[in-house]
Amino acid sequence: MPDEVAKHTEQLADQLREMILIREFETRVSSLFEDNELPGFVHLCLGQEAVATGACWTIGDKDYITSTHRGHGHSIAKGLEPDRMMAELFGKETGYCGGKSGSMHIADVSQGMLGANGIVGAGPSLAAGAGLSIEQSDEDRVCLSFFGEGSMAEGVVHESMNLAGVRDLPVVFICENNQYGEMTPAADQHNVDGFEARGEVYDMPAETVDGMSVHDVYEATAEAVERARNGSGPSLIICDTYRYHGHYEGDPTTYRTDEEVEQWREHDPIDTLEASLVEGGHLDESEVEAIRSTASDRIDEAVQFARDSDYPDEETAFEGVYTEEI
Amino acid sequence: MPEKSMRHAINDALSEELARDDSAYLIGEDVGKPGGSFAVTRGLHDEFGGDRVIDTPISEAAIVGSSAGAGLTGSRPIAEIMYADFMGLAVDQVMNQAGLFKYMFGGDVSVPITIRTVNGGPGSNAAAQHSKSLHGLFMHMPGIRVVLANTPYDAKGLLKSAIRSDDPVLFFEHMELYNREGEVPEKSYTLPLGEAAVEREGADVTVVATQKMLHHALNVASSVAGNISVEVINPRTLKPLDIDTLIESARKTGRVIVADESVIQNGPASYIARRIEEEAFYHLEAPVEVIGVDDTPIPFSPPLTEAVVPDASDIETAIREMPRI
Ligand SMILES: Cc1ncc(C[n+]2csc(CCOP(=O)(O)OP(=O)(O)O)c2C)c(N)n1
Repeated sequence: MPDEVAKHTEQLADQLREMILIREFETRVSSLFEDNELPGFVHLCLGQEAVATGACWTIGDKDYITSTHRGHGHSIAKGLEPDRMMAELFGKETGYCGGKSGSMHIADVSQGMLGANGIVGAGPSLAAGAGLSIEQSDEDRVCLSFFGEGSMAEGVVHESMNLAGVRDLPVVFICENNQYGEMTPAADQHNVDGFEARGEVYDMPAETVDGMSVHDVYEATAEAVERARNGSGPSLIICDTYRYHGHYEGDPTTYRTDEEVEQWREHDPIDTLEASLVEGGHLDESEVEAIRSTASDRIDEAVQFARDSDYPDEETAFEGVYTEEI
Repeated sequence: MPEKSMRHAINDALSEELARDDSAYLIGEDVGKPGGSFAVTRGLHDEFGGDRVIDTPISEAAIVGSSAGAGLTGSRPIAEIMYADFMGLAVDQVMNQAGLFKYMFGGDVSVPITIRTVNGGPGSNAAAQHSKSLHGLFMHMPGIRVVLANTPYDAKGLLKSAIRSDDPVLFFEHMELYNREGEVPEKSYTLPLGEAAVEREGADVTVVATQKMLHHALNVASSVAGNISVEVINPRTLKPLDIDTLIESARKTGRVIVADESVIQNGPASYIARRIEEEAFYHLEAPVEVIGVDDTPIPFSPPLTEAVVPDASDIETAIREMPRI
């Protein structure tokens, strides 16, 4: 990718920085979880950082995203702070949702992050709703909707794409094909060769991109966002990617081979970008080192912030169910 | 009698029924090769093959809707929905399809399907979308039988009856009871749908308790035994509900507590309390006490979860605060 590197060096270095931050956050979450410091269960997107970063790089603060149960990367890429995310994972009052959400439901609507989601396939329908409200308000916002290839089997995903297509809604559907839905390979769950065909059905441009390349994800999403903003309706982007860890932390991953994981790791989105930036002379080793240690410090702070925060008061468990107490 | 975990007891029931009836099959997400999200269906794929133990795409509506269709046309599907919360995506297939066919089609058809799903799990801090106890929702639907797996013994006997039932049955397991062991006969046996069990006899107060609450109630009953004699009743099935056994106990003790992990408002415990108050009114020394979850979702943070979800101490307090004990 030498030409691209030359064209986007500045941006790629920043994207690298963000991907490293996501990875650092999740690697830490993995070890905290192993040490029993985190309640609940967590689903990590290690390996999939390029999708979150490449896609979210195309939008701004006023735009929206919907996410999945594997939402840490999307959240960071949308601008959420690791401190409050980490505090939420610890179940502390300073977390984004006051300790009510945990990993699976982190949200900050004021920042356009409409929620991670524990229900497979729920995101795309919410995104269609965001699209409708954007239309009603005549603004030129867009909504990116991240969802796993597994959720392509849920009817509501199709119903939402159809609605978005019929109404030309400003939504970009981003399918992260990380090859597995829980323990079952994608090939056993869908009878299609490449999910682009799904776009054709709903009359929206669709393409598959290398989800291990932040550049490719960025380019495809930028084009789709442009279309959405100028009123040309939704698009579907399928990002081929891989999750290095199991479905959840603690998953013994007996359903796949170590060789397979290794093969994907050879295309690691961070390592490959880093190597090409260094090879091209755009970053030197010490700069990369600095990026890594900054990220690591940032996550140290986040963990400290989370540990130092208090648990929420018990009464809050019964607050916020309704806008006014009933 | 050998001790077995609830997980093992359910697996035995599934295996025995698949072997017994060729028209039965198992269907759900990751139930086959992976052996189920909670390892309940482990080994069945090897034993019965991929046509009898079917891994599906992630589509609850298709799992339950296809079961309704297959039930109508001669099969006996046993569907698994990974968490009760995900039944949300398949409610139409129960509420407007499976549950209505017999009645709407004039009574001549049956829909012999079983839907196994998993309640609860607030102890896993899985938060609001993975922790609900939803048996009450289905008690609300005509045409649907509702069964709870409260002990390993119950689980095996009731599941076998559920599978053999010609009506649609919602069979609720509980995430935090899978590892719990209890006596389970090796031989095949069934338990009738609609018969409660008096798990412990007592004279002062009756606790009617479901799923995890049952085990809390039994522990509390033992610990207060010197002072208060607690009768513990396991209702086993909620539709049909064995009201006679409950009434008999209420008449004997005059004091009743109903403990269940679902939302109190319009929920199973409230319904049971109403039936008891209606039918044993003149024998009661106090209003029936209901323990459950307030009108609030299940939060994530451990102290919040503890505040919301009832536990043994809530049962003990209720017992101690019963008038004239
Ligand atoms: C409606 C619903 N059904 C099932 C599940 C359980 N579940 C959680 S994640 C998952 C797999 C999702 O696969 P995919 O959409 O490909 O996303 P990935 O986990 O690969 O990121 C399943 C089946 C759920 N959370 N919600």
